[in-house]
Amino acid sequence: MAEYTLKTPLTEEDVRKLRVGDKVTLEGVIFGIRDANLIRMFDGQVPSPVDLTGAACIHTAPNVRKVGEGKYEPVCIGTTTSSRMDRFTPGLMFEYGVRAVIGKAGMMEASMEAMKKHGGCYLAIVGGAAAWETERIMSIDGVWWEDLMPEAIWKFQTKNFGPLIVAMDSHGNNIYFDVKAKAASKLPEIFKKIGAE
Amino acid sequence: MSKKPVLDSFYEVVEELCKELYVKALKDLPPDVREAIKKAYESEQSETGKQVLSTMLENIGVADNRNRLICQDTGIPIYFVKVGNQLIIDFVRLEEAIIKGCQRATVEHPLRSSVVSPFKRENNQNSSGYRIPSIHYDVVQNNDKVEILMVPKGSGSENMSFLKMLIPAEGVRGVKRFILETVAQNIAANPCPPYVVGIGIGGTADMCMKLAKTAAVTRPIGSRNPDPEMAAFEEEMFRSVNELGIGPMGLGGLNTAIAVNVEYAYTHITQNPVAINMQCWPARRARATISEDGQYQIGY
Repeated sequence: MAEYTLKTPLTEEDVRKLRVGDKVTLEGVIFGIRDANLIRMFDGQVPSPVDLTGAACIHTAPNVRKVGEGKYEPVCIGTTTSSRMDRFTPGLMFEYGVRAVIGKAGMMEASMEAMKKHGGCYLAIVGGAAAWETERIMSIDGVWWEDLMPEAIWKFQTKNFGPLIVAMDSHGNNIYFDVKAKAASKLPEIFKKIGAE
Repeated sequence: MSKKPVLDSFYEVVEELCKELYVKALKDLPPDVREAIKKAYESEQSETGKQVLSTMLENIGVADNRNRLICQDTGIPIYFVKVGNQLIIDFVRLEEAIIKGCQRATVEHPLRSSVVSPFKRENNQNSSGYRIPSIHYDVVQNNDKVEILMVPKGSGSENMSFLKMLIPAEGVRGVKRFILETVAQNIAANPCPPYVVGIGIGGTADMCMKLAKTAAVTRPIGSRNPDPEMAAFEEEMFRSVNELGIGPMGLGGLNTAIAVNVEYAYTHITQNPVAINMQCWPARRARATISEDGQYQIGY
């Protein structure tokens, strides 16, 4: 299992070398996206107001303090459950060129397929560890679609953003699927033990 | 014993406390939860799992030292209110004070308002709206205090709620299978493991889910149901859930749950309901006990 420090925006080469279990620390800009802004972008057909080529996008809606028109300071930035956003990954990768999704709990077949074809990856962060995460975000450098607050699109400047764990790679591997398959295979034995066959 | 009317200042104290408890719950994890995560870290064998748990411990430290929120999800605010039967209290004023405290925490800290209307998705930006915060009232016999337990309920765990109206012929076997199959196949990584699995058994459909919620969010980690049969069931389910190997953040490992808690009620002769409500590893809660004159104590 290798360790990498990668500067954003990411290239296809950056992402293709990653394998599940590797550790990645990001440096540079990451974009905050999630339910409401993705619904607007893809179901509402409103194009993204910001260039996401090579972007690392994190599933988040932060706690912020408003300090001026369109200006915000981080209060607490953490990560939400990714599975709700599964169907948006192909659009993010093929239409906008996103290379990495940072999230928790993983995504499903639609995302895996997009990551394989386009050259993308899923980087797992520790959910609920928002204090730790906020320490690694230096500033909020941009915000779009503030009417969706807190589900606007956010531009975060990060430093030493990791270690993140490669949990889905561009070669068709998905740790969550493996763990779930293993759990399912253990069920018969557990049922036997507790008289629930 | 004569009943005690609460003073006017009591309601002001309730408002302040409902504000303070929301922020405290978001920043200061209860000692039993800290201990459980530490124990999980010590016992974990998976390298990735250990790394995840070490980040969780580091996160608790950063929240303490830098006065930060543990998790960004400010949740749906829930207030569990227990009112002693020896008090004379105006419930309308009590509820107004709770709602105002919740709103002030959001605006004054500031906190992310995570509450929206269900269809138009309108956000009042104060963590409240029609029927929210969620407030539960109970009356306690032979008691002259008001106890308020504040729980910010995150969505990663709340979205993983399940109810099954099993039938009597499915028996305890059906209950066990439903719980373990649901954790293995549906819940898995989603609610930030190692989590608390709250199980409701019996009652009506609504009561069953309320029992599951009570089990998931109100009890200290390590507590057991006072009924020996239910305590044994909790232990069996705790062992079984951890044998699934889902592990910290669902990346594999020994520590999937820090607790499996069960609450139950009698049910109908035709029914055998079971509900699951989850609580994520930052099992946040803060509690205050208030006297009629506004004196109070704060804890977990």
